[in-house]
Amino acid sequence: MIFFQYLANGLILGGLYACIAAGFSLVWGVLSIINLLHGSFIVFGFYIAYFSYTVLGIHPFLSIITSGLVLGAIGYVVQFFVINRVVARSVLVTLILTFGLELMMNNAMLVSFSADYRKVILQNSLGIAQFGNVFIPLDRALSTLIAFLLILLLWLVLRLTSIGRAIVAVRFDREAALLMGIDVTRTYAVTFALGAALAGAAGSLLSVSFPIAPLSGPLFLSKAFVICVLGGVGSVPGAAVGGLAFGLLESFGAVLFGSEYALTLAFVVLIILLLVRPHGLLGVKGF
Amino acid sequence: MTTPQRISLLIAVVALLALPLLGNNYILRLATIASMYAVLTMAWNVVGGFAGYPLFGIAAFFGLGAYSGAVVQANGVPVALAWIFAVAVGTLFALVLGFVLLRLRGHAFAIATLVIAEVLRELTNGWTSLTGGGMGLNLPFFGWSPTALAVFFFYVMLALAMLTLATTYVIAHNRLGFALNCIRQNEDAANIVGIDTTRYKIIAFTLSGAFASAAGAIYASWTGYIEPSDVYDVLFSIKPIIMALLGGMGTVFGPVIGAVAFLVLDEIVWRNFLQLHTGVLGFLIVVLILFLPSGLSSFGIRDLWRKAAAA
Repeated sequence: MIFFQYLANGLILGGLYACIAAGFSLVWGVLSIINLLHGSFIVFGFYIAYFSYTVLGIHPFLSIITSGLVLGAIGYVVQFFVINRVVARSVLVTLILTFGLELMMNNAMLVSFSADYRKVILQNSLGIAQFGNVFIPLDRALSTLIAFLLILLLWLVLRLTSIGRAIVAVRFDREAALLMGIDVTRTYAVTFALGAALAGAAGSLLSVSFPIAPLSGPLFLSKAFVICVLGGVGSVPGAAVGGLAFGLLESFGAVLFGSEYALTLAFVVLIILLLVRPHGLLGVKGF
Repeated sequence: MTTPQRISLLIAVVALLALPLLGNNYILRLATIASMYAVLTMAWNVVGGFAGYPLFGIAAFFGLGAYSGAVVQANGVPVALAWIFAVAVGTLFALVLGFVLLRLRGHAFAIATLVIAEVLRELTNGWTSLTGGGMGLNLPFFGWSPTALAVFFFYVMLALAMLTLATTYVIAHNRLGFALNCIRQNEDAANIVGIDTTRYKIIAFTLSGAFASAAGAIYASWTGYIEPSDVYDVLFSIKPIIMALLGGMGTVFGPVIGAVAFLVLDEIVWRNFLQLHTGVLGFLIVVLILFLPSGLSSFGIRDLWRKAAAA
């Protein structure tokens, strides 16, 4: 049955999408900022994995550690020194600011890495498994599994660590958190760093499945938007569910309407959702 | 408007009308772009400045205007009729879209409008038989000399800018401007005291669409060739916001001043940093947001500025 093939494709894609959206959703939920840099962070994570593999021979699934740490550090610095200065201002100001930063980062990547599309071609590929008529590319399946583990890790960090609890507290009530002695500025920076780290790791995971160029950022960004709205802003499990839903939507949508209309389809769903259920599938009850 | 303000406005208008006498096509091209940016910024300002709705999708109207004008022109319709058709399409689109999108606020509205241009770009790319898809669309050639073309389109774009400015002025000193101002400050309260906020928001959004699509249609005829990634460029959505921030949001003359100031900056950057152009542009945006939060008006001459901009 071809149906199961599309189902499998959608689910595998969905895990990666969930990972793309989780960090974005966290930042949006806690800081109330739509981070237009998120797509560029993903692309940068891709390049870290790409060069680690082609130059040093490190497997992309291992370089998620490097890309997570590097992007986390970049995210912390950007939030602490730049975005924190306007974090309480209007939507317009924060959006324009992150857009300006995105232009800078994309231009820097374009000049450094050239406009060519690249992809990691694994020498020891795990190959393709076959179940009946359903084919599963194992490298992709493994990256999806790792993506879900990362999301689980983020969820655990938010639940179990003190900084995680601080993030949740700041999200629910910034003023009260401030009164309880939480350093809100630092919490914001850590939140942004976590979001960036997850974006970087997602970029590395994508490197074995998708060709990427320096200006691919907006593509991932627009997907992160839709998934975030699907799953509910700021909800980590929501991002996981939203990602899966989006993967399935794209997989089956491509069959019904043609893959060139993927964004249009996603947008129609987005608008319907915004109008019918502005808080997403899972709502904003908690993390 | 006070008498000195009227006189300076008159001088500015006369100087602009006499600009082709310089005989410099480069200056004319810049002035045409400045007028176009001013139109887009004023169009944005009606929704973004007066009503305070974070509109991120002027490029959608601009591109739609460009394509609807260009498609009928390529099929033999005279230029003037093509422009009218484009404005009609843009206005109708904005009207319908307004009913749906204006129920959203804040982040949701911003994203929804941001994605519209991308969706239209995708549809334009896909509908190859009508729009030429990614190959772009050639418009019929006027057969005029470059100078005659430059002068003609300068006057056309300038006329559109003047019309938009006049409309903005009327809005600002009218019931509509007052209502939009109330919506920006507190929409719920405005609703409670009996202002039909939905109606005014939709009027503002429709006006925005009308002017932006007119600019797009004229732009298409002027350049003679358009492609989806050019006219639906996200920068056409972002630049007007930056220009409005630069000049003063929600004022009458602020968008015009911001557009001219931005164009001068942009031109200097283009000339000196060809490879790094977008990066430097991004840097300027960041500096603007961080250090000039209230635009050019943060420079000492605040009161004078405010009077001039609000006029």
